[in-house]
Amino acid sequence: MTLVLAATLAGIVLVLAGSAVAGTVRPRRFGGASEFYVAGRAVTPWSNAAAIGSEYVSAAAFLGLAGLVVAYGADMLWYPIGAAAGYVVLIALVTAPLRRSGTYTLSNFAEWRLGSFPVRRLVTFFVVFVGLVYLLPQIHGAGLTLRLLVGAPLWVGWVLVCAVVLVVSVAGGMRSITRVQALQFWLKLGALVFCALVLFFVWRADGSPLPAAGNVPVFPKATEVVLDTRTEVGVAQRVEVNVVGTLDGQYYGGSSVTLTPGDHVFAAGTRVMFAAGAAVPHIKGDDPEPGELWATPYSGARDDSWFDTISVLVAAVLGTMGLPHVLVRFYTNTDGAAARRTVVIVLGFVGLFYLLPPLYGVLGRLYAPEVLMTGRTDETMLLLPVRMIEGPLGEVLAGVLAAGAFAAFLATSSGIVVALAGTLSTYLLGGGVASFRTAAAGVLAVALGLAAVVDPVGSPLLVMLVFAVSAATLCPLLVLGIWWRRLSTAGVAAGLVSGGGLSVAAVILGWLDPPWLQGRWTSLMQHPALITVPVAFAVMVGVSLLTPGRVPPGVGRMMALLHVPEGRATYPSDRSSREDDRSP
Amino acid sequence: MFSRRHRVATGVEEATFATLHIAGQAAPSLRAGLTRDSARKAGRHLRALLGARAVAITSDERLLAWDGMGAAHGEQAMDHVRAALTSGRTHAIKDLTCDDESCPIRAAVVAPLFVDERVVGALAAYGEHASPVVVRTAGEVAGWVSGQLELAELDASRARALEAEMRALRAQISPHFVYNCLTAIASFVRTDPERARALLLDFADFARYSLRRVRDFTTLADELGCVDRYLLLERARFGDRLQFTVQVAPEVLPVAVPFLCVQPLVENAIRHGIEGDGSGHVTIIAKDAGPEVHIQVEDDGVGMDPERLSAALTAGTGGIGLANVDERLRQVYGPDFGLAVDSAPGRGTKVRLRIPKFRAGVLPGVTLGG
Repeated sequence: MTLVLAATLAGIVLVLAGSAVAGTVRPRRFGGASEFYVAGRAVTPWSNAAAIGSEYVSAAAFLGLAGLVVAYGADMLWYPIGAAAGYVVLIALVTAPLRRSGTYTLSNFAEWRLGSFPVRRLVTFFVVFVGLVYLLPQIHGAGLTLRLLVGAPLWVGWVLVCAVVLVVSVAGGMRSITRVQALQFWLKLGALVFCALVLFFVWRADGSPLPAAGNVPVFPKATEVVLDTRTEVGVAQRVEVNVVGTLDGQYYGGSSVTLTPGDHVFAAGTRVMFAAGAAVPHIKGDDPEPGELWATPYSGARDDSWFDTISVLVAAVLGTMGLPHVLVRFYTNTDGAAARRTVVIVLGFVGLFYLLPPLYGVLGRLYAPEVLMTGRTDETMLLLPVRMIEGPLGEVLAGVLAAGAFAAFLATSSGIVVALAGTLSTYLLGGGVASFRTAAAGVLAVALGLAAVVDPVGSPLLVMLVFAVSAATLCPLLVLGIWWRRLSTAGVAAGLVSGGGLSVAAVILGWLDPPWLQGRWTSLMQHPALITVPVAFAVMVGVSLLTPGRVPPGVGRMMALLHVPEGRATYPSDRSSREDDRSP
Repeated sequence: MFSRRHRVATGVEEATFATLHIAGQAAPSLRAGLTRDSARKAGRHLRALLGARAVAITSDERLLAWDGMGAAHGEQAMDHVRAALTSGRTHAIKDLTCDDESCPIRAAVVAPLFVDERVVGALAAYGEHASPVVVRTAGEVAGWVSGQLELAELDASRARALEAEMRALRAQISPHFVYNCLTAIASFVRTDPERARALLLDFADFARYSLRRVRDFTTLADELGCVDRYLLLERARFGDRLQFTVQVAPEVLPVAVPFLCVQPLVENAIRHGIEGDGSGHVTIIAKDAGPEVHIQVEDDGVGMDPERLSAALTAGTGGIGLANVDERLRQVYGPDFGLAVDSAPGRGTKVRLRIPKFRAGVLPGVTLGG
């Protein structure tokens, strides 16, 4: 594995060095009659889109998705669709008006649009909540990657990521963050596509075995699986193994054992040797899906999966706009039209990116099926190169993938931290560089603390929670704030509290899973967006209609600013005739 | 044995604290001037201060706000205050009547409000009777309110003065600059006609930007574009004696900034940079600092000693550029956002400004108070 490590390190160094070069804004010295055109130096929609793509495509989601495809197959293809579709809503409803308003965080938007301090505080609370929770899977993912590569304890990866993010976000300043992120995007996309192509051709050379063939995934060749923790597995087909360690309470020193269909328990530290063609046991609780069902969408046993799917889609599609690091970027665009063009390009980039995890997932079922037994499906992508290609090439590829993943953890984390620190330092610490740094350090410290408390296995659940909360709070605020004149401060406050409260309560209830909660209700609690989002919208609209006195003054002026294209706007002091439209 | 370090406030002191506290709450809204909105917000606090059943605040021609019970009386409020408005003295009105038998309002005390010794409105306190104590309290409160309104007027006139200065500054591209530019361009007409033509266009662009319609804010991209033209024109005049370096993080270009907030600093830097040995280097840096943009204009000229520096930052003593920019930044963004100047004789001068990326009401192309 030393070669993997070397390749990873080389990759990371390459990414960081490239970023340092790309990010430095070179001074222009003037001699002769040369000119510099400021406009020509603005951030183009293309590079801004690449930067957004870089921060948005989180490695945690990426690795997790490949793992989900290994375990559950075609049903999971909805997730990348949700992740990309969020941008369609964003482009249709939010980006251009938001850019015209000149506000660059959700808290700014709330302050400008509603002019109420309590509402702004409430919005800031939800933004910080969403951002912090979204940080966790990134930190956890870095820990997992590092553990897989060098066997370091989880916390080493966590601390490493936080330290680098702190340095990056504090250094900031003269470096063009957009260019850094854009460059990293191309490096990551390149690494992922290159490895995917290599693995694809290895698969072709292998005679293109069908992933859905047979009932249960089998080991393609003799494989040794090391179980770090106590593992309970379910065995579907009788299988011969050699065990060094404890199986079902009995110690074996390497002798051959037959696993009979049913449940078995391996103690921590046990090594299990499988012969080529042996059926893969599944971790307990995740029943194996036979090949045909695995490859066919909606063939599973759960009859209410349509509800889950739609609810998850609603959360992902509407929740995207609440992610703090997504909105901040549009501020870099020069005008609304550029913001809109940026989103279209992002849509293409994200779509392109999300073609890859299903490919890795399918190959994972063929070549790295032991993740089904260890339950660490997130490791699928990183394991694949070593499993599919013997010798140094496989290790180098693994290193390239790991470096890409690490760069992605860094990109997403620093995007979130910079956005959160900006919001917090403006509204809590009084602004200024020192408070920005304090806020960045504070956010990372809290995130690190949370990472230590929360079980990494719960990370995907947390991401669901983030999207559900964001979709039920920040999305109605943005959409109604931009498109509805009669929105009142009381309405926003009521909508935020009810939407956010219901989502959090539902997810916590689903997580506790009390015995009286059954069947459909459990999945409703785990994916509450389909209920909470309409409730939040309804409460916001209803309470606003009941409190017309709390509609902020100057709505006409703000609406004109949001929706009249730049250059055509004759600015509103002469436009609005209503008395309450005077500026404060 | 036990020394009580914190004495409990006496009743009188408690009352003083309460009064000061209420007055403090009413002050911010009054500082916005006498409008419907400010009167409505201040009315509640003033009623508490007066201990009245209801309070009416009027301008010199209409009722602005009624706070408290018996809003039906509000319709006659203008009749009640007329005497006070004309005489400029406090009046008491007794034997008020209304249809509601249970309504406790039977008397009113009306005190006029002054700004610059001119009556601008009236404050009326309504209650059961108009005792001499009530009359005196109303007079005192009205006097205090008048004080706040005068301060508001002061704020407004200071803003007007700044705006006028801004207009003057805008109209005032220095005649020397125009003369020097045209001479420099003329010198290129024969030797390098292409460059002369380009410079003339630059001059036109610079003039168009500097003299454009009243708009308080612009984007940093536009402002730096203006600086760009300005530097080219100055370079045409000074040639290789003037060197400059510009470093701009592309992220900050769309930020809204006060109109002409960088160009005067650059003009200042060139003047000081060239001053000593006749050549100089000017550095302009704009960088992204989280929620703010940091801009820095530096020269390597003769520098300034502290006295000259503070003179340059005080309006009216020659350095109109620095002082004006400083004043406007403070006015828009608050006292923490003025210019920071580092300078010492022989060590050059470095001027730094911080601009928040977002401030409610600050957008490119928008006029303050429009």
